[in-house]
Amino acid sequence: MPILDAILDDFFWRALLGGLGIALVAGPLGCFVVWRRMAYFGDTLAHSALLGISLSFLVSLPLHVGVIITCVVLATALVLLSRTRALATDTLLGILAHSALAIGLVTLSFMPDVRVDLTGLLFGDLLAMSRGDLAWIYGGAVVILTLLALLWRGLLMSTIHEELARVEGLPVERLRLALMLMFSLVIAVAMKIVGVLLITAMLIIPAATARRLARNPEHMVGLAMVFGAIAVTGGLILSWYLDTPAGPSSVVTAFLTFLLVYGSTAQTRA
Amino acid sequence: MTDPLVTLDGLTVAFDDRPVVDQVNLSVHRGDIITIIGPNGAGKTTLIKSVLGIQKPSAGEVRLVPGMVIGYVPQHLVLESTLPLSVKRFMMLTGHSVSECRAALDKTGVGHLLNASVHHLSGGERQRLLLARALVRRPDLLVLDEPAQGVDINGQASLYQLIRQLRDELNCGVIMISHDLHLVMAATDRVICLNQHICCSGHPADISQDPAFIETFGHDVARSLAVYHHDHNHAHNLHGDVVEGDDGHLAHKECSGHAHP
Repeated sequence: MPILDAILDDFFWRALLGGLGIALVAGPLGCFVVWRRMAYFGDTLAHSALLGISLSFLVSLPLHVGVIITCVVLATALVLLSRTRALATDTLLGILAHSALAIGLVTLSFMPDVRVDLTGLLFGDLLAMSRGDLAWIYGGAVVILTLLALLWRGLLMSTIHEELARVEGLPVERLRLALMLMFSLVIAVAMKIVGVLLITAMLIIPAATARRLARNPEHMVGLAMVFGAIAVTGGLILSWYLDTPAGPSSVVTAFLTFLLVYGSTAQTRA
Repeated sequence: MTDPLVTLDGLTVAFDDRPVVDQVNLSVHRGDIITIIGPNGAGKTTLIKSVLGIQKPSAGEVRLVPGMVIGYVPQHLVLESTLPLSVKRFMMLTGHSVSECRAALDKTGVGHLLNASVHHLSGGERQRLLLARALVRRPDLLVLDEPAQGVDINGQASLYQLIRQLRDELNCGVIMISHDLHLVMAATDRVICLNQHICCSGHPADISQDPAFIETFGHDVARSLAVYHHDHNHAHNLHGDVVEGDDGHLAHKECSGHAHP
């Protein structure tokens, strides 16, 4: 298709399409992060992505695959360690997040011939999006959205009341694992867009903004997707006209939208 | 007599080798209302969690009739404030139709709240919502963990009344935990006094005389229960006035030593 080709040849449109793809999955997953109080958890997974990248270089795996594997291993370790209750969960998260980040950086320094754009990984490089990245993003989005649609009732019910969900026969543990997998996947594909340090922001801010206006969980998910899309589009426009970094600009736009929505609505809660 | 819905056979649950529930034998049949009472830390919640399948027994066995549906009313519904949820959506998450959900809400007296947000409900309304949610699944066994907590006195009496009525309609078994001894005594067929093991069990009228009960709860409690016990053949409306009961027997103003205004 010549029109599609023309669009995909333009780096700005590639960046926009990629960003919108991320907003589509960050919306629903961000809602779960907010509902389940997993903000710090998401942050930890994002930090460990850097370890995933250095490990991928070490054993020459595709970057995305290395990141997904590292995130899944770390998420499983977290779930198991938090069950032992030896340390409070936030302490545990703090230890793992920064250790994973630091080990990743140290490992990278042992590979002098590997050139990595560290700033790009930490803060995102939206404008460097390739066609291959787009394929990863939309492939990941299809997988995540399909899983969410299939598991929706169970995921929501176990978020509302875990024991009630268990009594009603829902496989709570497996659902939790599925959610972890989806987080790992979204971090692997979103890393490129907003960077390791800002992924949590793209998950949480649109969802928190949506909370103000939503009356039902599904309503909140839809709004979070819209606010995510606004953030990415606004960020790219800012970046285009003011030559600001695209990732942080998206987060700034998300934050401004958040302020606007909270400032303009009355203090009521649905 | 038909087979029991639930049979606990030497059920023991231990945390760090300290038994919280010790060698409990219990069976629940259709139509039974069994209330578990006992001091804090007596293992009441652990016991019902074993029945629900949430807590694995350390020893012994929990046998359920295969395919049985359990309706569970947890102690609280603590909803994350970031999660917007209407009563209707919460009910529909059971997978039942709107009309079934509405019927269940009507039955527990909160049908008018169908479109309200769960965040805006009072303690009593939340309990009734949880009860409706359990009902819509047509349970064979209803398990309630302190259903009347956070509900005012009048509300408590009508809540227990409602539980009895639901038992009659559904012909289900009921297991509940309660602290409100006076109300329990009036609304229960069988009381289990639990303190890790079953101290004593039986009809409410008898149990308050039981030495094991008196030892656990003290003379004062036992005596006050003996005084307060009365046949529940009448009902109260929300103002506490006596209204027509089961056998058309009105105002019994001086029964069992308590008087109605």
